Amino acid sequence: MSALSANPHSLNLAVGFSLGNWMKYGFFQLFLFLGPSCMGQSIELVKLDKLQQIIQSEKEQIQVINFWATWCAPCLKELPLFEKLHQDHKDIRVRLVSMDMDLDPDPEKVRKFATRKKLQSEVLILNERNPNLWIDQLEKGWSGALPATLVVNNKTGKRRFIEKELHDGDLEKLIAGVK
Amino acid sequence: MKQLIFACAVVMILTSGSPLRSGYDVGDTATDFKLKNVDGKTISLTDWKDAKGFIVIFDCNTCPYSKAYNDRIVGLNTKYAGKGFPVIAINANDPESSPGDSYDKMVTHAKKKGYTFPYLIDESQSVAKAYGATNTPHVYVLSRATGELKVAYIGTIDDNARDSSAVTKKYVEEAVDALLAGKPVQTTRTKAIGCGIKWKNS
Repeated sequence: MSALSANPHSLNLAVGFSLGNWMKYGFFQLFLFLGPSCMGQSIELVKLDKLQQIIQSEKEQIQVINFWATWCAPCLKELPLFEKLHQDHKDIRVRLVSMDMDLDPDPEKVRKFATRKKLQSEVLILNERNPNLWIDQLEKGWSGALPATLVVNNKTGKRRFIEKELHDGDLEKLIAGVK
Repeated sequence: MKQLIFACAVVMILTSGSPLRSGYDVGDTATDFKLKNVDGKTISLTDWKDAKGFIVIFDCNTCPYSKAYNDRIVGLNTKYAGKGFPVIAINANDPESSPGDSYDKMVTHAKKKGYTFPYLIDESQSVAKAYGATNTPHVYVLSRATGELKVAYIGTIDDNARDSSAVTKKYVEEAVDALLAGKPVQTTRTKAIGCGIKWKNS
């Protein structure tokens, strides 16, 4: 305190700096905070237990969970089918689970992709390593090949899993199978 | 009747997604094949009279996982060919859906990467189907015993696709080392994320 009163100039300087700081970084932080919500959905990184909890806690809607990655050409080819399903069937919950983190630690690639493609379905990024430890927990019938799709109806307890690129009509048949 | 047709259709759709569940399991006898190598010659496993077994890898040029594992695959052949377990790489991708995996591109790829092992094209995809390969790279370690080739390991190369320096389990090396030492293979099956094989008409 004595130092401050001895040199009031330094106090002014300090206030001036912090105000300037706020101007500079405050807006930046505001942009960071608002930016993603203006541009699209905020995409969460999830661990396996969280993903399983999401899948299990959906009691009302049939869920269509697509496992994909930005590097996977057949995944990107079938992506419009999921987007259309999401748009046309509000009673079905579509989730696109990115597997990109297995090969690339930067989730921004997925977020940028989702923004660029204006993806409307919910996108999640699975943040797990060593698939040998978790693939069977998620789905025993899955070799790990992408793309893959899981259809779950917690009301009937029925599940369907398919490990290949889907074409027109395939999703509807899978959904009919869990009703 | 309608219901029956519908049920059949559903079953067909579901099984067509996994046409390969009928592939080999650990302990099965692997049949030999004749496939064209990148040098133009047709190769079969009987060409290696003295091999104790093989590291058969379903692979391709284009998959990012194949690219991540490229040097490690070359390394496996360097380490084990001399010990009697050569690498045999097979590309089964349909070049129509994956043009970067055509035979010509395979030839270029093998040259560029300095492959010291065969890189074969499975044009009809029949070998990949017989083995039950689903993704790339997908490894089958075969062990030769009394003239027969037995499947000793099926799965991925190691436990870290992203970073070879952070690998803690070298599944394929452990399997081959065990076979060379006459010991049972500890981990016989593993799974990994990878690129699905590009099947024809799928």
